Amino acid sequence: MNYTNLFRIALRALIRNKLRAFLTMLGIIIGVASVIAMLAIGEGSKQKIRGQISSMGTNMVMVMPNMQRRGGVSLGASSSMALKYTDVLALRNEATALSAVSPEVTATGQVIYSNQNTQTTIYGVSEEYMGIKKLEILSGRFFNANEIKDMSKVCILGQTVVTNLFGAGADPVGLSIRIKNLPFQIIGVLKDKGESGMGQDQDDLILAPYTTVQRRLAAIDYINGIYASAISEEKSPTAIAEVEEILRRTHKLKESAENDFRVMSQSELLKTITSITDIMTYLLGAIAGISLLVGGIGIMNIMFVSVTERTREIGLRMSIGGRGKDIMKQFLAESIILSILGGVIGVVLGYLLARLAGSLMSSHAIVKTQSVVLAFIVCFIIGVFFGWYPARKAANLNPIDALRYE
Amino acid sequence: MNNNIIEIKSLRKDYHVGEVTVHALRGVDLKIHEGEFVAIMGASGSGKSTMLNILGCLDKPTFGDYLLDGINVNTMNNDALARFRNKKLGFVFQSYNLLARTTALENVELPLFYNPQVRSRERKESALRALEAVGLSDRMHHMPNQLSGGQQQRVAIARSLVNDPVLILADEPTGNLDTRTSFEIMELFQDLNDKGRTIVYVTHETDIAKFATRNVTFRDGKIQRESIVNERLNAREILETLPVEAIEEFD
Ligand SMILES: Nc1ncnc2c1ncn2[C@@H]1O[C@H](COP(=O)(O)OP(=O)(O)OP(=O)(O)O)[C@@H](O)[C@H]1O
Ligand SMILES: [Mg+2]
Repeated sequence: MNYTNLFRIALRALIRNKLRAFLTMLGIIIGVASVIAMLAIGEGSKQKIRGQISSMGTNMVMVMPNMQRRGGVSLGASSSMALKYTDVLALRNEATALSAVSPEVTATGQVIYSNQNTQTTIYGVSEEYMGIKKLEILSGRFFNANEIKDMSKVCILGQTVVTNLFGAGADPVGLSIRIKNLPFQIIGVLKDKGESGMGQDQDDLILAPYTTVQRRLAAIDYINGIYASAISEEKSPTAIAEVEEILRRTHKLKESAENDFRVMSQSELLKTITSITDIMTYLLGAIAGISLLVGGIGIMNIMFVSVTERTREIGLRMSIGGRGKDIMKQFLAESIILSILGGVIGVVLGYLLARLAGSLMSSHAIVKTQSVVLAFIVCFIIGVFFGWYPARKAANLNPIDALRYE
Repeated sequence: MNNNIIEIKSLRKDYHVGEVTVHALRGVDLKIHEGEFVAIMGASGSGKSTMLNILGCLDKPTFGDYLLDGINVNTMNNDALARFRNKKLGFVFQSYNLLARTTALENVELPLFYNPQVRSRERKESALRALEAVGLSDRMHHMPNQLSGGQQQRVAIARSLVNDPVLILADEPTGNLDTRTSFEIMELFQDLNDKGRTIVYVTHETDIAKFATRNVTFRDGKIQRESIVNERLNAREILETLPVEAIEEFD
C-alpha cells in the first residue's frame, strides 16, 4: 500500500471519529502550545535583557575598588580608595585590548534651578566616557580637555534631570544651575536612554569633568571606578586579564595579596544574566513538556481503544491481503497524523498565546523557528512512540480470531 | 492432466484450549478441480469453518499437506500468505464484513489497495466492473447501512471478485438472508461458476447445497460423504417460478 493511500485511509478513519480525534489531540495541542509559548516568552525577555545590557555600553569593562568585607564588617575606607587617576593613565598607556578608558568619580547631591530642585548623581568623567557608555548629546556639546584641566564648572544633564528642573522636553543649554551650592553652566543635554536591564533610570544623571567633581564636589583624591571599552567583544576576556595584570603592578600588590579592585565585563554580565534566563526558559519548557508526554499517553490510550474496536476490520483487511506490516503502518499513520496535526494546531495556538502574553508583559514574545521545528520533531516521535505498541498489537492479531471477534 | 486447484492430503487441525485438545479436523483428503462449485455440508461443529479457513490460508493445518494452485501453502510465511490471499483468493463471509461508513465502491476496491502493482485508475475500473457483475453499479456510492442484507452480501461478493481470484471461498454466505435473497446469491454464484470461477462454500441447508456441482459432507472432523449433485438446481429458473408472495411461506 503506498503512502498516499495509507495517509488517506488513516485520515478517513480519524474523520469518522472527529470529536474523539480532536479530544485525543487536545493533550498534544495544549502541550505544544505551552512549550511554544514558554520558549517564546523566555526568548523574548532574554532578548529584551540582552538589548538593555548592550545599550549600557560598548564592550564595557568596569573596574571597581574591592570593598573587602570580613564577616559583614567593612575593612575601612582605605579599600574604597584603591583606584587613582594614575591607574587610568596606566591602562591608557599599556592595555592593548582597550580602546578607551575613562575615570568615574561620583557625587550625590541636591541640584537647584530657581525654585525647582532635585536629588541626583553627578558623574565626573573624561571625554571617552560618552563612547564607552553609549551616550549621545541631544543638544549642546561635550566638555573639552581644557575644561577638564581647568576644573571648569560645566555640566551635561540627563533627560530625567531636565524634566525635573525645567519640564519635559525643555532645552536648558546655556542656563546655570546650582549643584551642591556651586554654580554650574549647562553646556549640553543627553539623549534619552531609558531603563537599564536592572531597572535603574539611566537618564537620572549629570556629567561633569572628573577633575571638577573630584576636587570641587567630592573633595577626594581617588576615583570611584574606571570604565573602559574592549576593542571587541571577543577581546573582553583578554582586556580583563590585562587590566588585572596592570593594576596589580601599579598597586604594587604582592604575589599572595588579593586584588584590591574588581574587574567585570559587560559580556560576562550578559552571560550570567542570559544563563539565568535560559535556565528559567528551559525549566518552564520542561514543565510544559510534561503535558506533551501526557498528550502522548492519551494518543496511546485511544489507539488501543481503536485497535480493539476495529478488530474485525483488521481481520477483514488481513483476509483480503493486508500483511502485518500494512496493518501496523495504518495504525502508526493514524497516531502520527493525530500527533502532527495536534502539533500544528498547538504551534498556532502557542504563537497566539505568546503574543498575548507578550503584550500583557510589555515585552514581545519571540517564536524561534528552531522551537517550531523541534515541536514537530517531538510530535512525530510521540506519534511513532506511543502509536507503536497499539499498532503492533493490531499487526500481531491472528486473522481468524480477529474476524471472529465480537 | 492435473488441473486441481486444491489438493489436500491427510490434513489435521487441533486446537488447544487450556488442557483440552480439540481435534477439529482428523485426517481429511480432498481434491477440487478448476471450475468446480463445491458445497461443504455437515452438522454444527463438524469442522466446516475450520476447513474453509485452512483452504483460505487464514489458518495453518497442524499436520498434512495443502497444495493450492500447485503451491504448498505450508512452506509460506505470514507475509507470503497475505500476498497469496490478496492475489489468488476471494472471501465471502456470513456477516458480510463490509467496512462501515465506506461506500460500496470503496469496499470493493479494498483488496486492490494491498496490491502495489495496481494503479488507482485500474483499481477504480476493476471495482466498477465487479460491482456491475453483481448488479449493483447503481449503488456504488451507498454506504453499507443504506443497503439491504442481500445487497451487502453482493457487495461482499464483488469485493471477493475484484482481484480476479482462482478460488472464491464463502462461509455460510446465505446464513443471514431470507430464502429468496439466498437464491439470488446462489444465482450470482452459479453465473460466476458458469464463467469458470471455482467456488467453495459452506452451508448447512440442503436446498442451498443443491446449487453446487458437488457436495462434501463433514462429520466429526472427517469427510463422511462426497457426492456429485444429480438434480442440480438452477437458481434463475427457481426465482422465475417463485411467486413474490410465497416468500414468507417458504421461509
Ligand atoms: N479457535 C478455536 N479454538 C478452539 N476450538 C475451536 C476453534 N475454532 C473451532 N474450534 C472447534 O473446532 C470444532 C470445529 O469448529 P468449526 O467452527 O469448524 O465448526 P463448523 O462446522 O463450522 O460449525 P458451524 O456449522 O456451527 O459453524 C468445534 O468443536 C469447535 O469448538
Ligand atoms: Mg462454521
